[in-house]
Amino acid sequence: MGTNSLHTPPPPQESAISRAPIERQSRRVRLNRARRYLWNHVVTGLAILSTIVVIAPLVAILVYLIYKGTSSLNLAFFTKIPAPVGEPGGGMSNAIVGSGIVLALASLLGIPVGIAAGVYLGEFGRGKLLAGAVRFTADVLNGVPSIVMGIAAYALIVVEQKHFSAFSGGVALAIMMVPTITRTTEEMLATVPHAIREAAYGLGVPKWRTVLSVTLKTASPGIITGCMLAFARVAGETAPLLFTAFGNQFWSFKLNEPIAALPLQIYIYALSPYDEWHRLAWAGSLVLIVLIMASVTLVRIYANRGVLKGAS
Amino acid sequence: MGVGIDVENLNAWYGSTHTLQDISLNIPANHATALIGPSGCGKSTFVRCLNRMHETNPIARATGVVKMGDVDIYEDANPVEIRRRVGMVFQRPNPFPTMSIYDNVASGLKLNGFRNRAVLDETVERSLKAAALWDEVKDDLKKKSGASLSGGQQQRMCIARALAVDPEVLLMDEPASALDPVSTSKIEDLIFELKRQYTIVIVTHNMQQAARVAENTGFFLNGKMVEFDSTHKIFTNPKDKRTEDYITGRFG
Amino acid sequence: MSRSSGKGADRVFSAVMLACALSIFGIVLFILYILILRSKLSISQFGFKFFTRSAWDPVSGDFGAFPFIYGTLATSFLALLMAVPLALGVAVFLTELCPEKLRAPISFVTELLAAIPSVVYGLWAVFVLVPIMRDQLGPFLAKYFGWTGLFGGFNFGVGLLTASIILAIMILPIISSITRDIMLAVPISQREGVLALGATRWEMIRMGVLRNARIGIVGAIILGLGRALGETMAVTMVIGNHPEIPKSLFAPGYTLASVIANEFSEATGDLYLSSLIEIGLALFLVTIVVNAIARALVWAVTRGAPARAH
Repeated sequence: MGTNSLHTPPPPQESAISRAPIERQSRRVRLNRARRYLWNHVVTGLAILSTIVVIAPLVAILVYLIYKGTSSLNLAFFTKIPAPVGEPGGGMSNAIVGSGIVLALASLLGIPVGIAAGVYLGEFGRGKLLAGAVRFTADVLNGVPSIVMGIAAYALIVVEQKHFSAFSGGVALAIMMVPTITRTTEEMLATVPHAIREAAYGLGVPKWRTVLSVTLKTASPGIITGCMLAFARVAGETAPLLFTAFGNQFWSFKLNEPIAALPLQIYIYALSPYDEWHRLAWAGSLVLIVLIMASVTLVRIYANRGVLKGAS
Repeated sequence: MGVGIDVENLNAWYGSTHTLQDISLNIPANHATALIGPSGCGKSTFVRCLNRMHETNPIARATGVVKMGDVDIYEDANPVEIRRRVGMVFQRPNPFPTMSIYDNVASGLKLNGFRNRAVLDETVERSLKAAALWDEVKDDLKKKSGASLSGGQQQRMCIARALAVDPEVLLMDEPASALDPVSTSKIEDLIFELKRQYTIVIVTHNMQQAARVAENTGFFLNGKMVEFDSTHKIFTNPKDKRTEDYITGRFG
Repeated sequence: MSRSSGKGADRVFSAVMLACALSIFGIVLFILYILILRSKLSISQFGFKFFTRSAWDPVSGDFGAFPFIYGTLATSFLALLMAVPLALGVAVFLTELCPEKLRAPISFVTELLAAIPSVVYGLWAVFVLVPIMRDQLGPFLAKYFGWTGLFGGFNFGVGLLTASIILAIMILPIISSITRDIMLAVPISQREGVLALGATRWEMIRMGVLRNARIGIVGAIILGLGRALGETMAVTMVIGNHPEIPKSLFAPGYTLASVIANEFSEATGDLYLSSLIEIGLALFLVTIVVNAIARALVWAVTRGAPARAH
């Protein structure tokens, strides 16, 4: 208690802001306030408007896709290979299978490396400078255009083998999967409560065993989700396959030959002058989108439930 | 001059939790009123009802009458106007880190449309002096960021920022609880000076602080106001046994 | 309890994990190495002038990449111009203004936008956007804004503007979602501090949130730029693929990524291929730098909390 030495002068007669009660507020502040409320409404309106403008293309694309795609989808689409140019009928079964093969290869190569890198970041590298650098590089690598990966795979494999191949396509996509899976794995491992690890250490379980049998197992739903996301992302990629997998009008199951892939085929058909091929492109897009959206939705559902699970 | 606040049957909810039950009291003008009680008793919620900050939470609801002078702050006025007239200082100082000290203190004025350099300069100086911070920062007003000050200085700057828009009431929600003892006593000295011009409502965990600065004290427990009386009475001869138990440290 | 075998196995295990983590560096370095190696031919032939010359004649072996640089920059900046205000609007709406119940569905929908593959955007653009541009939007713009000089020449529907529009649609989700993350990272105490002074809701958003988030928002925008610079398929399908600097927004153009996509698999001759790979090298370096800057800015605001894989 006690006064301090600062003398607080009484407020000057003409105060900067009128101290009159609200009913007699100075006209200027009142007008100003009216302007502020107006501006508030304008901005709110603009925000709502932008949201609508953003949602609209998506709805338009989806609706159009479904409309065009479903009318083109038939059993033949899934069972037949493309008919000769100009002839009706035919399907994209070889492209679907081809995509499956290339993606399987990419997953085989990319998922283990990605998860292992994520394990390093999450379990061994916490706080270390190296881990930070790896993390940063992974994020930056995610932003590199996918066509560059295609060039790299081309230069590495296609040039040496002197032909296009499913293998080179798989490698290109694997390179893309690694950074994504690394980051999501790290994130998922971070959600595992430290108490679980400590319990294992306390029982004398060596670190490598703990990571494999305990930590990874606990985080596995989330990690699988991350892999699915990466899978969905590369499933739609066309650019890296343009000069690696290259495409194929016929069935191909050999890794050393060019192979068809769904997005690649859609691209070729979209730019062709034949209506029949346009029809197939729409159908293919619908199939692609349904698969991708299914993954994204599953991920979302899991994420909403998983957060609660991890916290318990 | 400050105004008094009349509260009648204030009830408040967060979702389905009935946080405040039938609170009625009168906060006299130009006095400091302390609100004490154990954690979670609703005193912060009460204070946030006085400047309509409670309703900024989407699941929050309140009923009852709160009058500032003649004005029913829920029925007769806009929350924007009320929040200017009823200033608030938070438990943790919250300076705006992207602004200088000058800009921090002047921020409220600029919101109200005042651009005149002279008016801003004068008000910033006046407010910083009223918050007992002027001498410490007057050379660095525009050079230092608001977040670069010490904790106690930040809180005094937040007080100056609140004072700059010329409120009639100043709400302080445990303003010194995050500060060291020296800063705490500086702020208590400040309250002593400030209550000459403003009505102060201070929420505090610290009973000695309430005894030091406030003329009246209200004791909250589980969402109800158990007792409201002069500070002297509350601390020497409380009417309610629960008040006495709290004062003597039997709980909370 | 025998720990010695545990220790040895531990070391091997962590070494393997470390090797996989280092592979990320390896990937970047390998790509850099191989791109430089395979573009040596055109680098030695044309030097740095490669990027300032306007020429693209595979027959005579004369290559200059300036039209592609122009096309890439022009489409990217136009796309940013259109996308940034909208993305910010959506971010503000979703974080501050949206009713609780609508928040999940709307943000889910913007996430779906991000998941659509480029080639599908391209397909839609070819069959829906191009006719709209040719028959409705183009004539409208030429009629009312022709005085700006931007809308001259023939309008076949494909060209700079169409490519920019589809690009804007594609980069919107990433700018919006990162901006949202950044806005959510601003503490509530800042918002309340502004409100308690007597601010309207917009003023609270402007002074309490956006102001604190502005560095990160710049990062989000630059990330969008990075995306736009490298976007290949959809742009290739609607930009017209003409290696000349477009004189109007309706004119066809060409981007760095598009020329590679279009001409790589049929490139004959070592110099041709080498030039294309050199373009790939430029694209690689530019996007790395842009993304590094952007990530650094975003990191500065969110303090290195693990970012969602965007």
